[in-house]
Amino acid sequence: MDTIFALSTPAGRGALCVVRVSGPGALGALTSMVSVEPKPRVAQHVRIVDPKSGALIDHGLTLYFEEGRSFTGETCVEFQLHGGPAVRDALLLSLSRMEGLRPAEPGEFTRRALLNNRIDILQAEAIGDIVSADTQEQLQQANALMSGKLSSRVEGWRAAIVRAAALLEATIDFADEEVPTDVYPEVREILSRLADEFDEELAGYGAAERIREGFEVALIGEPNTGKSSLLNALAGRDAAITSEFAGTTRDVIEVRMDVAGLPVTFLDTAGFRETDDFVEAIGVDLAIKRATAADMRIMLSDTSQEDEPSFDGVVLVDGDIRVRSKCDLGRSETLLNISSTTMEGVKELLSQIAVELEGRARLAGSVSHLRQKSSLEMALVDVRQTLDLLDDAGSDAEILSAHLRSGMKALDSIVGRIDVEDLLGEIFSSFCIGK
Amino acid sequence: MKHDFDVLVVGGGHAGVEAAHAAARLGVSTCLVTFAANHIGVMSCNPAIGGLGKGHIVREIDAFDGLMGRVADASGIQFRLLNRRKGPAVQGPRAQADREIYKRVMQAEIEKTENLSVIEGEVVDFILVKDTINGVVLADGSALNAKKTVLTTGTFLRGTLHIGDEKSSGGRFGEAASNRLAERIDYMGLALGRLKTGTPPRLLKNTIDWSRTSEQAGDEDPTFFSFCTQTVAAQQISCGVTHTNEKTHEIIEKNLGRSAMYGGHIDGVGPRYCPSVEDKVTRFADKSSHQIFLEPESLETDLIYPNGISTSLPLDVQVSFLKTIVGLEAAEIAQPGYAIEYDYVDPRCLDHTLRLQDVEGLYLAGQINGTTGYEEAAGQGLVAGLNAALSVLDRDAFVPSRMTSYIGVMIDDLVLRGVSEPYRMFTSRAEYRLSLRADNADQRLTPVAEQIGCISNERRVMFAEKQEKLTSAWRQTEGGVITPADLRVYGIEVSQDGVKRTGIDLLGHPNVDSDAIAKIWPELDDIDPAIREQIARDAKYVYYIDRQKAEIESLLKEEATEIPLGFIYTGLPGLSNELAAKLTRISPRTIGQANRVEGMTPAALLLILTRIKTLEKSSVSG
Repeated sequence: MDTIFALSTPAGRGALCVVRVSGPGALGALTSMVSVEPKPRVAQHVRIVDPKSGALIDHGLTLYFEEGRSFTGETCVEFQLHGGPAVRDALLLSLSRMEGLRPAEPGEFTRRALLNNRIDILQAEAIGDIVSADTQEQLQQANALMSGKLSSRVEGWRAAIVRAAALLEATIDFADEEVPTDVYPEVREILSRLADEFDEELAGYGAAERIREGFEVALIGEPNTGKSSLLNALAGRDAAITSEFAGTTRDVIEVRMDVAGLPVTFLDTAGFRETDDFVEAIGVDLAIKRATAADMRIMLSDTSQEDEPSFDGVVLVDGDIRVRSKCDLGRSETLLNISSTTMEGVKELLSQIAVELEGRARLAGSVSHLRQKSSLEMALVDVRQTLDLLDDAGSDAEILSAHLRSGMKALDSIVGRIDVEDLLGEIFSSFCIGK
Repeated sequence: MKHDFDVLVVGGGHAGVEAAHAAARLGVSTCLVTFAANHIGVMSCNPAIGGLGKGHIVREIDAFDGLMGRVADASGIQFRLLNRRKGPAVQGPRAQADREIYKRVMQAEIEKTENLSVIEGEVVDFILVKDTINGVVLADGSALNAKKTVLTTGTFLRGTLHIGDEKSSGGRFGEAASNRLAERIDYMGLALGRLKTGTPPRLLKNTIDWSRTSEQAGDEDPTFFSFCTQTVAAQQISCGVTHTNEKTHEIIEKNLGRSAMYGGHIDGVGPRYCPSVEDKVTRFADKSSHQIFLEPESLETDLIYPNGISTSLPLDVQVSFLKTIVGLEAAEIAQPGYAIEYDYVDPRCLDHTLRLQDVEGLYLAGQINGTTGYEEAAGQGLVAGLNAALSVLDRDAFVPSRMTSYIGVMIDDLVLRGVSEPYRMFTSRAEYRLSLRADNADQRLTPVAEQIGCISNERRVMFAEKQEKLTSAWRQTEGGVITPADLRVYGIEVSQDGVKRTGIDLLGHPNVDSDAIAKIWPELDDIDPAIREQIARDAKYVYYIDRQKAEIESLLKEEATEIPLGFIYTGLPGLSNELAAKLTRISPRTIGQANRVEGMTPAALLLILTRIKTLEKSSVSG
């Protein structure tokens, strides 16, 4: 079996660098480089030398975790050395020269943890989310996944579906025994509850997925209403080119920001107008598409006209915000006045956006990945079909059961697997079988 | 080495007779060795054959021209189709069998089988040459040489009977255990475990007050096991039904400490689905009553089998709790209830033909593999017997698939997952339950049996005729089409989507039967009623079976990916030592089989798959 190693901190110069080693050769690698006996789960301050030349690499901390008690489940060793490129390269070079050691592939530590059942697939996904979290809300969501919030929800659903299936199976396989004959009411009750919970969870997917991937807020309006200037004002830098000429922006420009802990991507789009300019026309089409797909739209207008302007293809919906831009040149009575020149109203706009998006984020469920969502949707279809069939007097238990089994499989694919022993176990613990 | 026989079968129980008969049907010289020839075909526990899952197995055995179905039909004194009001996939034929007739008919079948001889004797050892079993040694020292040996020793391996704290050695009540053979098997280093099961006291018929028990009659229109049986042979009877009550439970509770199972005398694991009455009272304390079926053991004897009160309490407690039961107040015990503990071989030592992996020439079938039930034993006997003979003939092995038979489900479960309690068949174990039905066992398996060559000419002709009728009837039923609007005229409501429905489509609706569609297409009335009924059963699940096809296809793909012989699991990065050890022992032959090993994870499977691909690549390039 291979022993793998990798630099766990970013490349470059820093106060510290951390290198991890995992596999059967990890302890051997450590002992060959230090002169003290490694103690499990104790930080030891040691001299680290190259085993071949005996040359000193650095003074630093080492940690050793025994097999079965480490993140990967294998023997693990961690070096915490000074974060300079020379120290790091010397350590990695020494490790790579050792027999049976090789650099880890991307994600390999997590993969090994998964293979060794140290984490489940949801936790593996959570680790990825934690590492890529930019904002506090993203981190909280990832931590909830890591701590098994979704796993335990799915386990609960599984238990319920196993119970419903076991009730049906009991009437099938033990028809001659003293099992309750009319199990449909309990099955119906369980499945209705599951269907509601699945619905609720799926309704919260949109928000959850947004927290993970980021909300999109499109800045829209007629040409030269100051969308690009607003984008630059929000970003605090010149992200978009601005000019006094209408139609300057043709492509969609994106700026990613942290708004009250939520990841938000602002889209600056081409102003909407009829145009003969071929490139600009493409830009307008693209603007309409992206603006429609965005989570929220900020519409800018720089005239005193208070009516809602209409553009083909883009409709403002609840939660979208209209602002009067360039308010240093003229103000609105009803709309929020902003100016990218004086910065008036920009903070106010941000906080309005934050309030709106936070409201949506509160609806977030535990399901945040497309994979999880698709499986849950499949399970829901089967639960609903079973419910429909339950109401049909002519339906046979074995057909209901076929649907439930396929629903179980779908749920199962979210976390792990189920098998018939679970079903039988439930039956035998609930009913006295054996005449 | 000179061989006395091609195939030698040790044991004359349900596994043994099927194994011997199956081998003989393939034309190899076969010998059945048993303690006593007049015990061949004895039913040691309840006098019934079939039931849910089990009835399916009996039908499958019959599809191969095996014995159990027709012998049960000949000795059936009450036939009931279980789950009659549910769909055909989960209906199971069951019969009370007359113990005496069953035994007699079975012995006559064995007697008249060509290529099959019976030898009486106790097998005490194997003839082992290197790693190959070349037959057995009997207690009198004589040797029987055979190319292949099938061991079907049931509960006889170190069998111990328990009644209260009394303990005696025995394979069945009044019969000796096989202890020397057990020691020999132990010596061969096979993984052994210990299981237990129990049986109720037998009562004398004329000491029961039948006027105080209720009656359960059989079906008026009996459903047989064999596809060839036309009529009942034996006189039909009813069973009595009575119940335990709080007084009964009180006595049992008070004496729990004296029960062999609760007093700590038994280490073996018992089945959850066939609990002793002690278990019932303890585990389901909230139930104040349990039902008891009073089943006549035979028309010729005076014995009643009270199904539902298996026990290992001392005899005096059995006597006193029986007195509290309505109708049994004065019942006399002819033979006390007892628990039996016995050795079984971990079936994960076997391959899918039921051959031991590490010892050449030895097959195991029946309770020795950790199963319970006559039907489960017989199903394994069939597979072991056929494969022993096929191997003698140097022909391809027969591996039943879990996609086409309950027997396949059982063997796959046994050899890949092992057992933790005596293994019994349930319909819920079959993931393709909707297609594995008792009614279509012949359609599923007789073509396979024909290829193997283990069916009689009569059956072959009969099946071919039926198949032809089914095919043409299906075509006819599928031929007629009708619009949803026109269906209304016949009182059949389907969604008004304008899509025309065929007769087969309509039969898939819960409330449409063959009579209903015969009103639309009167020519369907001319089809033989039995064939019409079969078409309706086949059509009922078409939609669901189609849905399962994708799943079956992906499974077939997994089954097609072979794991090379001698594949090394140990040291595969990321594979836990425990799982590696398990896989090494079980040595699955395909990725599909590996997937069904207990504790297997998708990640581990991927790992094995990747390793196989790497090996393939390196062997191609190098």
